[in-house]
Amino acid sequence: MGTTAPTRSETRSNQGNAFLRTFKLLARNKIGLLGLTVFLLMTLVSFVGPLVIPPETQAHVDQIYQPPSAAHPLGTDFQGREMWKMVIHGGRDVLIVAFLAGIITTLVAVTFGAVSAFFGGWVDSLMMAITDIWLTIPRFLLLVVVATLVRLENVWMLALFLAFFGWPGLARQIRSQVLSLKKREYVEAAQLLDLGSAHIIFREMLPNMMSYIVIAMINAMTSAIYSQTGLVFLGVVPFGNNWGVMFSLAYAKNAIYNPNAAASLLVPMGAIILFQISLVMLSRSLEEIFNPRLRRGV
Amino acid sequence: MSSGATVTPPKKTATKPAILLEKIATNFWLRTIVKKVFIVWVVVTLTFFIIRALPGNPVEIMVMSLMDSGLSSEEAYTRAASLLRIDLNAPLSEQYLDYMSNLLKGDLGDSYVLAINKPVTTLIAQRLPWTLFSVGTSLLISFVIGMFLGTLAAYRRNSLLDHALTNFGAAIESIPNTLTAIVLVLLLGVTWKVVPLNFMRGSLSPGIKPGFTVEFLIDLFKHYAVPGTVYVFSTLGGWMLAMRSSTISTLGDDYVTVARARGLPDLRIITAYVGRNASLPLITSLAISLGFVVGGSILIEYIFVYQGIGLLLSQAIGKRDYPVMQGILLVTTITVILSTALADLLYGWLDPRIRITGGGE
Repeated sequence: MGTTAPTRSETRSNQGNAFLRTFKLLARNKIGLLGLTVFLLMTLVSFVGPLVIPPETQAHVDQIYQPPSAAHPLGTDFQGREMWKMVIHGGRDVLIVAFLAGIITTLVAVTFGAVSAFFGGWVDSLMMAITDIWLTIPRFLLLVVVATLVRLENVWMLALFLAFFGWPGLARQIRSQVLSLKKREYVEAAQLLDLGSAHIIFREMLPNMMSYIVIAMINAMTSAIYSQTGLVFLGVVPFGNNWGVMFSLAYAKNAIYNPNAAASLLVPMGAIILFQISLVMLSRSLEEIFNPRLRRGV
Repeated sequence: MSSGATVTPPKKTATKPAILLEKIATNFWLRTIVKKVFIVWVVVTLTFFIIRALPGNPVEIMVMSLMDSGLSSEEAYTRAASLLRIDLNAPLSEQYLDYMSNLLKGDLGDSYVLAINKPVTTLIAQRLPWTLFSVGTSLLISFVIGMFLGTLAAYRRNSLLDHALTNFGAAIESIPNTLTAIVLVLLLGVTWKVVPLNFMRGSLSPGIKPGFTVEFLIDLFKHYAVPGTVYVFSTLGGWMLAMRSSTISTLGDDYVTVARARGLPDLRIITAYVGRNASLPLITSLAISLGFVVGGSILIEYIFVYQGIGLLLSQAIGKRDYPVMQGILLVTTITVILSTALADLLYGWLDPRIRITGGGE
């Protein structure tokens, strides 16, 4: 025990600085910084904006489909509502679902992958067989079919639902990560010291996979937004006002064939695309920082 | 060639039938087939119970909608039962067995809203070729372009071109294909008027009969061009990034260095040595991704009114036509499983190492 105590406190202090160090490295990476800035800005506006700016609840029949101008910076929609206010109010639900789905997907995948790789043997075979089956099933179709049957009333349900369909790919990746970590010396040392499975998984392995897990979580958020957009467009998850609902409604109202209405279609779509790209830039830069081998291309 | 990938060699002391049994148990193809059949069974069972066990029981909804159309409650129940090919009063286990035995006979039930009393199998058979054609062709095009761009990025890695390509690839992969489709319709059809709008609705012009005529092929292509571009655009990034990293790791292999030392021409090294080996891991994902693209085709076919299976599904969802939904889910799963099996075969053909480890004798 005497030998493990200092190393543990050392990793602890490293962990404390890890966030700061990552941020410093990210600040030097132009694309990463840009991604982070856009991501934080959009999150901030989506959560704080609705508190400051009153929602557009009333229709203005005389202002329908105004193209962007000084009076209407982003134009108006099919009910004459200001697009810029709608966009600010439409982000929160999309982001909450993305965050929740990202976290839940990652938790499930990490647990599944880590347990499978750590215990090996028949546990591994069984769990990987389940994962394989789940991977082969056309999940988006199943998702759509199930979404018509379950009434997804709130963001929690939708997030859980997306996570339920999104974990298997990541679980496989986590499994192979754990398999390679298992052969590292410090893990073997911990096993020789008989520190117990929970200690080895949570104290030795997970901290060393943190960067990988964070990146995986960002990617899970990206795919949650992807699927969510599709489900909203098909009209199987009806709720509130959000970017997905906004462009789907505009599309359903044939805004696409009306040159003046293009803004009501393009603005919410632009918001989704911008957010997705900021996530991608962030995750790719983190990957470059944590895995320098990628950069050198060994 | 075919005694499985397990490491345990047959025991010398075992008797002949035991060896035979073990051979059967470890037979690669047999195991593959059993596994695939098992997956189909899981999907069928899952959808059967999901449809019946979830709140808002579709059978009830179906009965309600039939009653709305003027049937008495008893008539509605018998209609629903005959359409779903199950006896609603029987216990769930019996319903399940009934459904399965109908399924084994190739009977998926009848549509009850979309095309009243038309067998689901007929409906699907009409629509499936369109989806397989559009999705399959686009997937191949995107795969080939992605391999080319990925190899290019890997050879020029860390150059400006590489950064541009990889960032572009990662970005387009994250953009929902719905949005790509809408932007293309808006730009090509409405703003620039490059493509007439009627080529972005439907899969054939009215009056044109399928057949090997020039007229048909041209019309087919015209209707396919824009949705096809969407499929290619939304899958291209993934192939490119996968090919890039696969090529980079292959470039470090000894045989590539040796091939270079032997002074082989660059083009031959790229195609026969690097390209062939680097593309191997991508072949299996090509098959799996067929399933995802067919899944994603719901949205694309909905936007372009392309007469495929995805449009059928979105119509079935709109009308809550459960037999059709269930049938499409099943057929798509089978499509994916068949294509993965094909990929396994292809993999063995492309990579002789698999064949060697596959057969012990």
